[in-house]
Amino acid sequence: MSPTTPGTRVAGLHLAEPVMLAAGCAGTGREAAAYAPLSTYGAVVSRTITLDARAGSRAPRVLESPAGLLHATGLPNPGLTAFCATELPALVQAGARVVVSVAGATPEEITQVVRGLARTSGVSAVELHLCAPDAAEAGVLAPRDGAGVSEAVSAAAGVLPPGVPLLAKLAPVLAGVAEHARAAAGAGAAAVVVGGAQPALLPDGRPAGLSGPAVRPQALRAVHAAATALAGTGVDVVGCGGVTVAADARALLDAGAAVVQVGSALLSDPTSAARLVTDLRAGRAPDDHT
Amino acid sequence: MHGPVHLTAEVLSGSRSGAFTQLTLAAPGVGERFRPGSFLAVSVGEPGERTRLARRALWIHQVRPLGGHATSVSVLVDPVGPGTRWLASRARGDRLEITGPLGGRVFALPKEPVSTLVVGEGVHAAPLFALAERLRERDCPVHLLLAAPDEAHLLSALEARRTARSVTVATLDGSVGTRAPAADLLPDLLRRTGAAVVYAAGSTPLLHAVARAAEDHGAWSQTALTLPTPCGTGLCLGCPVPVVGEDGVARTARVCAEGPVLRGDRVRWDDLVGAESAPRTGTGEERG
Ligand SMILES: Cc1cc2nc3c(=O)[nH]c(=O)nc-3n(C[C@H](O)[C@H](O)[C@H](O)COP(=O)(O)OP(=O)(O)OC[C@H]3O[C@@H](n4cnc5c(N)ncnc54)[C@H](O)[C@@H]3O)c2cc1C
Ligand SMILES: Cc1cc2nc3c(=O)[nH]c(=O)nc-3n(C[C@H](O)[C@H](O)[C@H](O)COP(=O)(O)O)c2cc1C
Ligand code: FES
Repeated sequence: MSPTTPGTRVAGLHLAEPVMLAAGCAGTGREAAAYAPLSTYGAVVSRTITLDARAGSRAPRVLESPAGLLHATGLPNPGLTAFCATELPALVQAGARVVVSVAGATPEEITQVVRGLARTSGVSAVELHLCAPDAAEAGVLAPRDGAGVSEAVSAAAGVLPPGVPLLAKLAPVLAGVAEHARAAAGAGAAAVVVGGAQPALLPDGRPAGLSGPAVRPQALRAVHAAATALAGTGVDVVGCGGVTVAADARALLDAGAAVVQVGSALLSDPTSAARLVTDLRAGRAPDDHT
Repeated sequence: MHGPVHLTAEVLSGSRSGAFTQLTLAAPGVGERFRPGSFLAVSVGEPGERTRLARRALWIHQVRPLGGHATSVSVLVDPVGPGTRWLASRARGDRLEITGPLGGRVFALPKEPVSTLVVGEGVHAAPLFALAERLRERDCPVHLLLAAPDEAHLLSALEARRTARSVTVATLDGSVGTRAPAADLLPDLLRRTGAAVVYAAGSTPLLHAVARAAEDHGAWSQTALTLPTPCGTGLCLGCPVPVVGEDGVARTARVCAEGPVLRGDRVRWDDLVGAESAPRTGTGEERG
């Protein structure tokens, strides 16, 4: 029961709830706040921020696939400076514990973005997005091997002040997840986020990610693999992928995740993550779904 | 009361009208917040067995008192694909998961009692009757243009005839009204009505024509976009529309959160049409 009772430690942070809103699935934050105060969640991960503003990809960006969502958004965001001036304070104001998701085209660019955030108040943690399924179109790094992960994570971890941990978001691709997790841990990540989108293609042939219940079993396996690889290191695993109801969250927690993130479920029901928090607290039957 | 609500709504009635199904829903908190041009995001499929995870946007057509303080909302569904076909087959007693009213910008009403032209295409005429009522309350003469491919896809203009000073009907097959594409009738209608504002809801090509015709006549246009909105709530950033900001800078807005109603002269129509028909780009880089 311990992982699901209120109050969770992850990456050295104390979170009130073991549930975060996943990157790119909460709009600017304001839209999510219309359905539940952002303090409801353990943390809110921002959309992924890059040094310069990105307009994002052309339509279609998000399409449904059986029990899943395909997405290739191109990481639309206002850029570091505008984010720190407007969206970040608004998230904090709305009661969110903010984890800022970042990405960059090069390790140097990652350092620049993270350095900018290190100087800004209201940042509880930084999540380095290393698995954009549309990385080429979005123009960001998505390392394929442990060395690449290590280089990117070092570029970020080295410039963060103590007390602001780095989470490294890794591709949930089984062949590499253990290696990538160890590399991230070795380079200074305090936690790895495992279970981002699965690599896929849009019908028009552009690279995209597949998320939602369709990928839940793959996320479960990737989380298990990462937790096994990191056993004894003190580096936590954040589980993500297809979490919709309490049973899904419990499965990821049981597989070794310290907390879970909810993405796609918010897009079909913006109240789903708040209900998940309540259900986990109440220790409700895992298959409760009303 | 601000902001949308998410709830499971009971279907009070479902009735056919031509090709469309009108569903009336008991949706506490939704009708109270309604403004013409706002919409619902609706889930497809039974809870617990859902495999279609994008939501379907439906205009709020009518809000009616239900007794007490409660109101019902009704929507019109044009069954064009699997989601809307499922929705169109709902009946009394069924339940629908809905979020609404949604939309960051809805139809903006004129401050002066100016003449207005209101253009609706097919099922997208649904939000325009409530708009016409609000316009009339402000002493704005309303001239209505209803267009559809054929009679079955034309919203009945019966009740609008009480509100509107003139009603023009156009179908592509000539089954009722003038046989013409709506866009062809715009210049003449603008001239005859002296409209200072054109309100329109429909397909992108028609909205583009409206924006252009309005500009040619020195009128404002308010166009209600109907591009896909996968979540409808502003969360997924998946409904881009190219716009020009008030500062003249080109930007990408979200249809659901910064629209769905945008000033016609703010939309970069050429980029929008170009984006919709862009060629395949190949598979690009694949990650291992
Ligand atoms: C603001 C707004 C208001 C709308 N109001 C109404 C209404 O009152 N009545 C009505 O019948 N229809 C309305 N539509 C269109 C309706 O949402 C789509 O026809 C519907 O989503 C198609 O879903 P489908 O599964 O039947 O078809 P499919 O074409 O199979 O849809 C597959 C996917 O594409 C999306 N999609 C495809 N075409 C469209 C489109 N033209 N517009 C939006 N999404 C699309 C769907 O949401 C779904 O995710 C509205 C659209 C918008 C954006
Ligand atoms: C529409 C959409 C947009 C996303 N945008 C981002 C993003 O900007 N950055 C990021 O790290 N992950 C992004 N993701 C991935 C999610 O954060 C999450 O890792 C993934 O979807 C798996 O979780 P889920 O099944 O709960 O959605 C996005 C996912 C979706 C569906
Ligand atoms: S439809 Fe998701 S942001 Fe507009």
